[in-house]
Amino acid sequence: MTGPAPQAIAFSPRRIAAMVLRYWYLLRSSWPRLLELIYWPAVQMLMWGFLQLYVDQNASFFARAGGIFIGAVLLWDILFRGQLGFSISFLEEMWARNMGNLMMSPLRPGEFVIALMIMSLIRLAIGMVPVTILAMVFFGFNLYGLGLALVAFFANLIFTSWAVGILVSGLVLRNGMGAESLAWTFMFLLLPLTCVYYPVSVLPVWLQYVAWALPPTYVFEGMRALLIEQVFRSDLMLAALGLNVVYFAAATVAFLKLLDSARRQGSLLQTGE
Amino acid sequence: MREPGIRHTGSLPEGLAPGRHCRQMSRDTPPREAEQMPEPAIAVDKLVKVYRTGTAVDGISFSLPQGSITALLGGNGAGKTTTIAMIMGLVMPTSGRVTVLGADMTRDRHHVLHRMNFESPYVDMPMRLTVRQNLKVFGELYGVSDLAVRIRELAAQLDLVDLLDRPTGKLSAGQKTRVSLAKSLLNRPEVLLLDEPTASLDPDTADWVRTHLENYRKERQAAILLASHNMREVERLCERVIMMKRGVIVDDDSPERLLARYSRETLEDVFLDIARGRRDAADLREAAQ
Repeated sequence: MTGPAPQAIAFSPRRIAAMVLRYWYLLRSSWPRLLELIYWPAVQMLMWGFLQLYVDQNASFFARAGGIFIGAVLLWDILFRGQLGFSISFLEEMWARNMGNLMMSPLRPGEFVIALMIMSLIRLAIGMVPVTILAMVFFGFNLYGLGLALVAFFANLIFTSWAVGILVSGLVLRNGMGAESLAWTFMFLLLPLTCVYYPVSVLPVWLQYVAWALPPTYVFEGMRALLIEQVFRSDLMLAALGLNVVYFAAATVAFLKLLDSARRQGSLLQTGE
Repeated sequence: MREPGIRHTGSLPEGLAPGRHCRQMSRDTPPREAEQMPEPAIAVDKLVKVYRTGTAVDGISFSLPQGSITALLGGNGAGKTTTIAMIMGLVMPTSGRVTVLGADMTRDRHHVLHRMNFESPYVDMPMRLTVRQNLKVFGELYGVSDLAVRIRELAAQLDLVDLLDRPTGKLSAGQKTRVSLAKSLLNRPEVLLLDEPTASLDPDTADWVRTHLENYRKERQAAILLASHNMREVERLCERVIMMKRGVIVDDDSPERLLARYSRETLEDVFLDIARGRRDAADLREAAQ
């Protein structure tokens, strides 16, 4: 027989595109799924926006730091919805009992992960772009006015969300749907620790060490520095990027190990509960 | 070559292949002859799979040449599904080796996955996607070059033309089986693994699918490994039957020779003899003859 065909060995954009197409078909087949992408970010943004209006009228500090809550909630949604977009696309395969088809196809784990990352961006764009426009209309907060800082914030947050998504997907592959709830709850562990709505100095000293070990903490601190002091803290962004590289690599290694373990345990055959 | 009546359980001696349909290279094969022997489509060597709950597959060996149709039979828990999953690389063996088209499925599965395919009731096609969308996605994953033409061709062959734009989840069980079969043939595989390929099909459609598989095998010289509980299907399609029980191979021969050895009219009776532990009676009858 002949040796391996080149397309089987190479990293294939065609296979990645095929997976993105699969999720796109799924997304457009159901308007409630599309609506849900916008619904929760919009509700959150409105709630925090009105709270911001209230405190602006009653506290001079917040009046100076206009948009701090709305900015925080929008950036938090990038982190949370980015991970959810990744994990839900992955879980769709488990719910559809399609994982066996994919794992026995030429699709490589790396291609699968890249497709999930692309889908997380697409889902995020569908959900967040209308909400950022709503924030402009209702509260005059222009997220895009943050300019290049927004690019740094976004890149760091999305990397963290992918790292969490990759780790959770590996755990679900290894442990079955019993681990599904991690996809919905894991990120909420980061909500108090990454100091989304308050500065790190509020935390007890020992917990501050934990907070500074998490990349999003640097982003939220950086956002506050920008909105309150009008200073872009590139040092914070670089520190976050360094941590993200470590977490992303660790999550990828963990995913591959968990996939191997799933193959050894035969859990890919039984992808139910 | 194993002579009729010689019973083997579990693994065969190294270099020996069971039945008249499988000629493996042995250590004693002269070099020139060995060079001429075609590579087996599937080679399973001393394969073992131990789960926490017990041993699912216990040291089986067999080899399937290209262009052959073989049935893998056994009751529930015999180890058929685990064996097929190990051949596809979905489950890692505890020990032993599986090669498909010359590639080790533990280390090099991605070198050959585009040349094989499978159909199984243990996996579904995504329900919300239409049949056409599903076939398009899987065709892209398998790198099918003339995909639109291939989808039209398979839709015509498997009577899916009117179903192409319907959501897969809205189809009947038989229609879904045909869609899964279409997916398994999309990339014109050289190795095809089928788990109950005609389950849920009415007799007419099932017969039609069997004819299609026979023709496909002839045209493409594909090796087909089939797990089925339909003994008439096995008798019609397969030239070799591997019987498994509790993780080991308890018999391996052509349907005709199995029928003769067990003095039975149908493979179903042979299956029952083996499943209910009446194998020794067959040995005794054969020895007496």
